[in-house]
Amino acid sequence: MQKQWPFEGLKVLDFTSGAVGPLTVRYLADHGATAVHVESRLRPDVCRTAGPFKDRIPDLDRSAWQPNYNASKFGLTLNMELPRARAIAWKLIEWCDVLAEGYTPGVMARWGMDYESVRQVKPEIIYFSTCQQGQYGPHADFRGYGNHAAAVAGMNHLMGWPDREPAAVFGAYTDFISPRFSAAAVIAALDFRRRTGKGQYIDLSQFEAGVTFLAPVIMDYTVNGRVQTRDGNRVPDAAPHNAYRCQGADRWVAMAVHRDDEWEAFCAAVGDPSLSNDARFQTLLGRKQHEAELDELVEGWTSTRSPEEVVRVMQSAGIAAGLVANEHDVWEDPQMKHREHFKTLEHNVIGPHTYDGVAFKLSKSPQGPRWAGPTLGQHIGEVCSEFLGMSEDEIAECLVEGVFE
Amino acid sequence: MRRAFCAGKILADMGADVIKIERPGGDPGRRLGPYYHDQPEAEKSLYWAAYNTNKRGITLDIETTTGRTLFKRLAEGADIVIESFEPGYLDRLGLGYPELEKLNGGLILVSITPFGQTGPYVDEGYRSSDLVLWAMSGFMYPNGDPDRAPNQLTFPQAYLHGGAEAAVAALTALYARAGTGEGQLVDVSILESLHTSTQLMMPTWDMYGDVIPRGSAKRGIRRPDGSVIHIQSTYECADGLFLVTIGGGSLKSFALSSAALVDWIDEEGMAGDLKGYDWSQFNYQSLTQAELDHMQQDIIGPFIKKHTKAELYEGCIARKILGCPYQDSRDVAESPQLAARDFFVRVEHPELNDTLTYCGPFIQLSETPLNEWRRAPLIGEDNVAVYEEELGLSREQLSSLRRAGVI
Repeated sequence: MQKQWPFEGLKVLDFTSGAVGPLTVRYLADHGATAVHVESRLRPDVCRTAGPFKDRIPDLDRSAWQPNYNASKFGLTLNMELPRARAIAWKLIEWCDVLAEGYTPGVMARWGMDYESVRQVKPEIIYFSTCQQGQYGPHADFRGYGNHAAAVAGMNHLMGWPDREPAAVFGAYTDFISPRFSAAAVIAALDFRRRTGKGQYIDLSQFEAGVTFLAPVIMDYTVNGRVQTRDGNRVPDAAPHNAYRCQGADRWVAMAVHRDDEWEAFCAAVGDPSLSNDARFQTLLGRKQHEAELDELVEGWTSTRSPEEVVRVMQSAGIAAGLVANEHDVWEDPQMKHREHFKTLEHNVIGPHTYDGVAFKLSKSPQGPRWAGPTLGQHIGEVCSEFLGMSEDEIAECLVEGVFE
Repeated sequence: MRRAFCAGKILADMGADVIKIERPGGDPGRRLGPYYHDQPEAEKSLYWAAYNTNKRGITLDIETTTGRTLFKRLAEGADIVIESFEPGYLDRLGLGYPELEKLNGGLILVSITPFGQTGPYVDEGYRSSDLVLWAMSGFMYPNGDPDRAPNQLTFPQAYLHGGAEAAVAALTALYARAGTGEGQLVDVSILESLHTSTQLMMPTWDMYGDVIPRGSAKRGIRRPDGSVIHIQSTYECADGLFLVTIGGGSLKSFALSSAALVDWIDEEGMAGDLKGYDWSQFNYQSLTQAELDHMQQDIIGPFIKKHTKAELYEGCIARKILGCPYQDSRDVAESPQLAARDFFVRVEHPELNDTLTYCGPFIQLSETPLNEWRRAPLIGEDNVAVYEEELGLSREQLSSLRRAGVI
C-alpha cells in the first residue's frame, strides 16, 4: 500500500517571494500539500534576479536560489494588474485551504484580496501574511530583507569582537528563523480548523520571530537593566571556547571545554605537562580569568596541525571539537552524506542540481523535496485545467491577453 | 538537556498542555544565565524562564524502575513526547519508540539531537556543543572579520534552531496522524536545521564551486574573474551604526532604494556626482573598488554621519529605503513598533513578588491568539496535580516517591 503524505489533500496558494513565505510553504509542500506558487514575470522574485546562476548566465529561470526555496510546488504566473488574472486568483482562493502572502502591507488590499474580503467568501480560510515588522504599527511600512531584520532585532550587535564594530550576521538571518515559527502556526491553525471549522488570520513579523531567538538577552535588559554586547566566541561556562587556527588557508577548528575533567583530558591529549601543571588553568575560574593567554596556547598547538588531526585528537579525548566547515567541507561531511541531506533534483532549465533536504526524518511518512522549484509559469496548464477546470480555449485566450505574464 | 526547550515552548505558547519533566533537583538548563537580579539560583535563570513559558513541570528519575513505569503511564496519555537525550539512551532504558508505540500507537516521539539518530558521528560518539554545531554546519565560516577567527553569536543559537525545527516536525507528524491514526518517530538533526539556514552557501558551491569568504561590515563578493569587491553596508551615524545596502541592476528593489537614498542626500545638497545616477546600470561585476568606495565613503558616509539613528530609521521607512539601525537589547525593548503590537508581556512571578517583562507572541493569530502567559514551572511545581490528580496516585505514594528520590 502506498504511504500517505502528511499533508495529502491540503491545498496551498502561495503569493510569497524571498525566503520566509516560500520556506514556510515548502514545509507543507515537501510533506505532500498541493502548493501553487503564484509569481509574475513583471515583478520577479528577488531570488530569481540574484545569482548564483547556472553557467553564470543571469536569467529568471537560472538562479539556484529560488528553486531551492520553492521545491515541491507548482508554478503559475499571473499579471495581477489584469482583472482576468485576479479572477483566476479568486478561483484559486476558492480552491485552497491556506493562502500565504508576503507583500508589503496593503498590496493584497489593493487587489481586493485582503483577509477581510477573502473571509466574506471563504470564512474557513487560513490566511497567512508575512513581512518585516508585521501588518500594523508605526513601522509596518519598513522595507528590508532578513539582514535588515537581523540588525533591528539586535543580532548584529551580538556578532563580532568587543574591541571592534559589530560584524553583520551572514545572510538574511531572520529569514531562516521565521519560517519555523510560521510553519508551526499555520499547522496549528489547520489543527484548530479541523476541530472547530474556523479559519483565521496569521500575522508574522520577522523582527518579532528574530527577537524570540534572543529572548533571554532582552530579558537581561527588561529585568536587570543590562545591555549585553558581543564577546567574540566566549561564553561564561567554558574555556577554551573558540575557533582555533589550524594548518592550511583559513582553516579553523571550534572547540568547547566545559568541565575540569575535560580540561585534564585536553592536556593529556596535547601531551604537554607544562599545560596541565599550569596553576592558572586548573579551574574554570582560572581558565576564564586567563582566557586570552589560554587561547594563545591552544592555538599554538592547533596551528601546527591540520584541522582533521585536531578534530580527531580532541574527539578521541572526549572533547567537543569540530571543523569550521565551509560549504565544500559540508558537502564532504560523512554525517551529511549518511543522512542524505542533499538531494539532486532535475530542473527544467538548470538540469540536475542540488537541493536542501528536510532537517528532520519521519519514520513512517514520506517526505520531499518532491521536485525542483518551478520555472516561471511552468505549471500554467496543470493548475488552470486540472485544479481549476478551465477549458483549453479559456487558457489560450488568457495566454494571448497576457494574463500569465 | 540540550537546551532544546524552544520546541515545547512553541507548542505551549500556542495552548498545548506541555509537561516539562526534570530530573529530581531540577534540569541543568536552570544553570544558564542571565539570572533574575544576577542571583545565580535554579529558580532565577532567565534563560529557563524565557523558553519554558506556559509549561507545567514535574520531576522524575527515569533511570529507576519506578520512574520508568510512571514515565510510561504519562506517555500512554500523551500526543507528543519530546526528548533530547543521546541516541539510544531511551532504548537502553526500555523507553524507546518501539516500547512506547506498543503502549500508545498514536504517540509521536520527537528526538532532537546534534546529528540525528544515526550516522558515523553517532556511532563514533562525537561530542558537540552549540559552538561546535554552529561551526560544523557551515554557519560559522562566513561570520566575523576576515583577519580573525570566525564567530558565533555571543548568544548561541544552534539549539534554538533545532528546537524550533522540532516544533514544525512534531506538528507535521500530528497532522499526519489525523489521516493515518498512527504516531511515529521524528528524528531532528540540529546540524541539518542549521545548514538549511545558510542561504547562499550551498547554491554558490553547487553552481560556482566557490566558498563565500568571511566578511562583516565590509563583505567581500568574489567576482567571476576571481577578484573580490568589498561592499560597505554599515556606516557610522551621529549616535551609533546604521545599515544601508546600495545596489541596483537586476535587483529592482535595491535600485529603487538607492535612488530614493540619493534623492534624500541631494535634498541636503550632499549628493555630488551621485545625483541622477542610473541605478539600473549599477553592477558589482564591473565597478572598480575606487568607484564604489567613492560612493560609499565620500557621499553616503558623510550624509549618514550627520544624522541620528532615529532620524535615519524614520526617514528610510517614509522614503522606502532599505536601511535600518543597528539596535541593541535596549533599543529592542523600547521599540515603538513592538509596543504598538503588544509584543512584550508582563508575567507574574508570585514567589519573587515581582512581575517580569517577557518577549510575548512570536506570531499573531486572530482566532487563537497567544495571550496566556504563565511563568515557567518551579522545580516539581505540578507533581501533585500530575501524579495525584491525573495518574491517581495517593498522597502517601507521592511521599514514598519523594523519599526514594524518584520525583
